[in-house]
Amino acid sequence: MGVPGAERTAPQQADGQAAPRPESDDDILIRVENVVKHFPVKSMGFTRRTVGQVHAVDDVSLTIPRGKTLGLVGETGCGKSTLARCVAGLIPVTSGRVLFEGNDISRLSRRQMQPYRREIQMIFQDPYGSLNPRQRVGSIIGEPFAIHKMASGGERKRRVQELMERVGLNPEHYNRFPAEFSGGQRQRVGVARALAVRPKLIICDEPVSALDVSIQAQVLNLLGDLQDEFGLTYLFIAHDLEVVRHVSHAVSVMYLGRLAEAGPQDPVYDTPRHPYTAALLSAAPAADPNAAASRQRIILVGDVPSPIDPPSGCRFHPRCPKAQPLCSQEEPQLEVKAGDPATHVTACHFPVEAGENLAAAGSRESGI
Amino acid sequence: MTLLEVKDLKVSFPTADGTVQAVRGVSFTVDAGRTLGIVGESGSGKTVLTQTLLGLTPGGEISGTADFDGTDLLAIAEDQMRKIRGAQISVIFQDPLTSLHPLYKVGWQIEEMIRVHDKSVSKAEAKDRAIELLRRVGIPRADQRVNDYPHQFSGGMRQRAIIAMALSLSPRMIIADEPTTALDATVQAQILDLLLKLQEESNTALIMITHDMGVVADIADDVMVMYAGRAAERATKQDIFYAPHHPYTKGLLESIPNSSARSERLKPITGQPPSLIRLPSGCKFHPRCGYVMDRCLTEEPDLRPIGEDGFHASACWLPTAAAGLGEQAEEIRIKTVRAERSEAAAEIAEGIASAPESQGSVI
Repeated sequence: MGVPGAERTAPQQADGQAAPRPESDDDILIRVENVVKHFPVKSMGFTRRTVGQVHAVDDVSLTIPRGKTLGLVGETGCGKSTLARCVAGLIPVTSGRVLFEGNDISRLSRRQMQPYRREIQMIFQDPYGSLNPRQRVGSIIGEPFAIHKMASGGERKRRVQELMERVGLNPEHYNRFPAEFSGGQRQRVGVARALAVRPKLIICDEPVSALDVSIQAQVLNLLGDLQDEFGLTYLFIAHDLEVVRHVSHAVSVMYLGRLAEAGPQDPVYDTPRHPYTAALLSAAPAADPNAAASRQRIILVGDVPSPIDPPSGCRFHPRCPKAQPLCSQEEPQLEVKAGDPATHVTACHFPVEAGENLAAAGSRESGI
Repeated sequence: MTLLEVKDLKVSFPTADGTVQAVRGVSFTVDAGRTLGIVGESGSGKTVLTQTLLGLTPGGEISGTADFDGTDLLAIAEDQMRKIRGAQISVIFQDPLTSLHPLYKVGWQIEEMIRVHDKSVSKAEAKDRAIELLRRVGIPRADQRVNDYPHQFSGGMRQRAIIAMALSLSPRMIIADEPTTALDATVQAQILDLLLKLQEESNTALIMITHDMGVVADIADDVMVMYAGRAAERATKQDIFYAPHHPYTKGLLESIPNSSARSERLKPITGQPPSLIRLPSGCKFHPRCGYVMDRCLTEEPDLRPIGEDGFHASACWLPTAAAGLGEQAEEIRIKTVRAERSEAAAEIAEGIASAPESQGSVI
C-alpha cells in the first residue's frame, strides 16, 4: 500500500514499482513504512492458545525530517506509545520497516542495534517511575556514557555536570537522589540523560503531562532550546493538543491503531478534515471563556472500541457523526482531499468541509 | 442563595519534619446552582481544603468555620457528618478506578449508598433507582450494566458510575476533585457536559477542583486561585481570565500554550512552589514573582477588593489599577515596582530574570 508520507512531494507512484527516492531523502531522519504491530491474546489455562490479536498499530507510515518535530496525538489505547516503542527498536514490528537514515532498524539483533541506541533516546512520561530511586542523579545521567563506553572517571563527571547545567539543574546536586528533586527537576534529569550521548532523535512520550502547567512551560522551552542548539529531531507524543501544536512542525492523528489524518500543524489544526480530528480539537478545553462559550463542541458518542476486534471499514464509523453505509464496508486510505496542500492527508470517505457544523449532527445522539 | 460559607479555614498537619501548613486561612462562599472553580498547582491546598469540609482529614489541626445551610461542618460530630456526607454533599474523586470497590458490582455499590442513608428503601427499589441513575448519566443498557463489575467499565463509564453514585441522594452540593484529569479529551468533554446538564436540572452547587484552566473556562461561574494554602485571587470567570490582578494568576494564564506560533517561547513561572513546612516570609509567591517589591518580603497581603463589583479580590500589594493583561496595566505594574523596590527585592527580581527558563527581562 502506498500510503503517502506527510512530507511527500514526489509524483504519484502510479506504476506501483519502487519509485525513485525523493532527492530530499538525506533530510529524512526517520521513515516509518507500513508498520504493523499486533500482540497475541492468549487464552487462560494450560494451553495458552492464541485466541486473538490486539491490533495496536496497523499499517502506519510517517516520516520525520531532520531537525523537525513530529507530534503524534491520539487518545489512550490508540497505539501511539506502541508505535514509539517500535521506532525506538524496543519491541519488534510484526511487519513493515523502520528506516533510520535509510537503514532498516526494525529487524536487527541486539548487538546490531547497539549503535542505533545511541542515536535514538527516549524521555518518558513519569518523572517518578523513570528514575531509579536508589541511584544518584549523577550516575543516572552518566549511565549512557558507561553503556556506550564514551567517557569515564573525571571526564564523565565533568560532562554530566555540563549536561546538568545545560538543562537548568545545579551541577552541585550531582550526588543527590531523585527523591530530593521536584517533578519538573526530575524531568530535567530525564532530559539530561537522553541528551548525554548526543542522539539524533529523541522520542518524547508524554514528557510534560505529569507536570504542573507553570513547570510544563519550563520543560517545553528547554526542549525547544535544545532542538535549536543541537539540531535534534523529536517524535513528540502527547494527548494535550495545545502542547503538541506549540512544539510540532507536523502532526499525525492516530485512532485505534491507524492514522486518521496527518500534515503540517496549521492546516490540521485550522481546517481538520477527519471528523475525529475535528471532535478531538473541539473537545480540548481552551483556557479562554469567551472562546469556550462560542465554540460548538462535538460530543462523541460512546467509547473507543476494543483494538482486539476493531470495527470493519473505517474504524471510527461507530462514533462518527457523519457515518454512511460505505464507512462500515470500505476502509478509507490516507489521501489528499480537494483543496488541501499536498502534505495534508486524511483517511475519510466524507471529509469535513469548511464551515460544516458537526456539532449539530453529533448532538442528536449525545444524550445517550 | 448562599449554601456554603467558609471563613478563615486553616488546616495543618504536624509531622516529624515540622508542621505542614496545608491551608492557611481561606474564606469563600458557594451559592446554590453555581459552580466555583478552585484552581492551583500540586500542593496548593485545594484538595485538603475540600476534604476538610467533609471531615476527611484525620490528624489535621483545623480552625475556622464552614457554615453549610446553618450547620458548622467543622464543629459537628462524626455521626452527624455521616448523615451529611453523601446525602447533602457528595464527592467525585479524580481516579475512577480506585474510587469503586473492585469486588462489588457497580449497581450494588450505588444501592448500598441509597440504603445506608435510608433504611426504608427495599433492595428491589434501590436497584431500580440505581438503574435509573445509571441511565441518567448516560450508561447504555443500564438494566444490564448494573450487574457489571467496575473492571468491565471503561474509564469514562466508571466516572459516570461515580457521578451516578454522587447523585443518588440528590445532594445539594457536589465537590468534584479533578474529575476529568484521568480521562481523554473527548471523554472529558462528555463528562463536563453531563455535570453541567445535571446541575441545571437540579440546581446543585458545584465545587470544581482542577489544575486545568481550560476546564475552569468551560464550566465555572466563579474562580478561586490558590497558592501555598491561601487564596491568591478570587473573581468571576471573566475577570480571572481577562483582568487578572495577582501575578500568579497572570503567570498561570501565560504559561499555557495557546494556539501560539511554534517559534514563540512560553512564559513559565520560574522556580518551584514552596515547601509547606518552610514557607518563605511575606508574600509566599515573592521568590517567583517578577513584580517583587520591598514590602512583599516582609508583609503577607490579605485578599482585598480590586474591582467595583466588590467580588473580585486579590492578595497582592500591587495597586488595584494593575489588574489586566494589557499594556496599560503592565505600565502601572512596572511603574509601581520601580518606585517600591530597593536592593533586596531587586536582587530577587534579578535572580528570577536570569533563571535558565525565564524570559531574561528585568524590570
